[in-house]
Amino acid sequence: MNGTASGAAGAGAGASNAPIAALGGVAGSQRPASLLRRVLLQGKYEALAMLRNGEQLILAVVLPLLALVGLTVTPFLDGMGGSRIDVAVPGILALCAMSTAFTGQGIATGFDRRYGVLRFLSTTPLGRGGLIAGKALSVLAVLCLQVAVVSAVAFALGWRPEAAGWLPGLLLLALGAAAFTALGLLVAGTVRPEATLAITNLLWILLGALGGIVIPAERLPAGPQSVVHFLPSGALGESLREAFLGGTLNGAAALILLLWTVIAGAAAIRWFKWN
Amino acid sequence: MLRVVSEVSLVAERGQVTALLGANGAGKTTTLECAQGLQKRSGGTISLLGQDPASAGAELRSRVGVMLQDGGLPPSSRPIPLLRHIAGLYETPWPVDDLIRRLAIDSFSRTTVRRLSGGQKQRLALAAALIGRPEVLFLDEPSAGLDPQSRQLVFDLIGELRDAGMGIILTTHLMDDAQRLADYVYIIDGGRNVAEGTVQELLQRNPGVEAGAEHIRTLEFEAAPGLDFDGVLPAGIAVSEARAGSYSVTGSLTPAHLAALARWWEAHNIMPASMSLQARSLEDVFLDISGKDIR
Repeated sequence: MNGTASGAAGAGAGASNAPIAALGGVAGSQRPASLLRRVLLQGKYEALAMLRNGEQLILAVVLPLLALVGLTVTPFLDGMGGSRIDVAVPGILALCAMSTAFTGQGIATGFDRRYGVLRFLSTTPLGRGGLIAGKALSVLAVLCLQVAVVSAVAFALGWRPEAAGWLPGLLLLALGAAAFTALGLLVAGTVRPEATLAITNLLWILLGALGGIVIPAERLPAGPQSVVHFLPSGALGESLREAFLGGTLNGAAALILLLWTVIAGAAAIRWFKWN
Repeated sequence: MLRVVSEVSLVAERGQVTALLGANGAGKTTTLECAQGLQKRSGGTISLLGQDPASAGAELRSRVGVMLQDGGLPPSSRPIPLLRHIAGLYETPWPVDDLIRRLAIDSFSRTTVRRLSGGQKQRLALAAALIGRPEVLFLDEPSAGLDPQSRQLVFDLIGELRDAGMGIILTTHLMDDAQRLADYVYIIDGGRNVAEGTVQELLQRNPGVEAGAEHIRTLEFEAAPGLDFDGVLPAGIAVSEARAGSYSVTGSLTPAHLAALARWWEAHNIMPASMSLQARSLEDVFLDISGKDIR
């Protein structure tokens, strides 16, 4: 196709509209906004869409807060080397990462795929890479808000984290969010949106209860106990508890999260269907 | 490997509306999506503004506007924030307020996309495709779901854009749309283009239709049922009664034929209740070329 346009001749105008030529005609030298601006805009747009969605808010904020309160008034976490709240909060932060990056983002992406939103946006200057980067950015932005809200409530309930644990804790949270984002995209890009909805919600419940994310592996039945360390949920929950309770970085857990990110990311790149 | 499109070759020029016509499943959308870089092709070459769309970057995408058949707009978004967001992806976008006015989007600006009517969604999707002031515009079934007023609005804008130098490539299975809008037409059937030309050229010459077909007219009129037209018109002019009292006269009609018919009506004191004369249309050409079987 050789449809190159020159700076145009004047066009007929409607009664109330300026001629298209008066608006600069059909651009002959259109350029995309900078990559940074495109990704930031998409990240902002997706984050706001996520925060305006009532169901997403329940998943992202309300349920983690309910779990936090539940764990502080029940004896599940007693005898874990810290107060109930100190043991509970790292797991709740990990749950937040899974809620937003895996379940929320996966469902949103699945339905975006169904409605052709991904295809349309990939024809704009944003492109497929910018779209994925925007989604990852929106996950990080929402996760920051979740951390702020959960931390504020937790401080009010008496949370006293190890100061040295913040840096490794936040790094691990970002790594966990990357792993769950990759997994969410893999599910959303390979099955129907209804199946994505079912799979991500079911896994949220299963991993939340038995995946070592809020309940430490030692308190789980023997079956799941042997595998949770290798799951992203278990690796993130365990390493965050070590960070905020003892101020240490669990290198093995970080490596497991990195592996999940790379493997799920590569699989998503290979099998993601945009149509 | 399923081969949906195999022998399609087309050129779309700037300042023209190029239409891809075809029945459902003919390969129009696949052709368009390959040209937009949305689908990978297994062979052949495509040049969009001198570049291969399959490996295009943001620079090329900023010069091309795409309106998908299914819209591709987020269902939970509202029109104006969505358009402002898309506008932000370009360095010098079309002023959003101007597009809103031109496509009468302000009347439903507070409604989410999922609650818009089919025609409103189409207008919004067109605005989203135009927001980057593209040099090339792809429209997949642009008039689907449009009411007559919206259709007029959209067609007028497409005409303006063409006059302003935009290259517009659209698919449709509505022959009226193509006849009204297109400067050049490709008819696609079974994944290959089987005919091409301007509307006038297609009406005048196409393979499989006998010489002189361009002069064929159909006169339809309503009168009393069961009239006997034996000997009124010469051989080669077919008269049929499709249903009681509804007659169709088809052939290379001349003023003499019309006069003979009128004289016969006068002699038998027949006054038709209604009457229309139609030239051969693009739809007739299309049906001649691609057949009348349901796909």
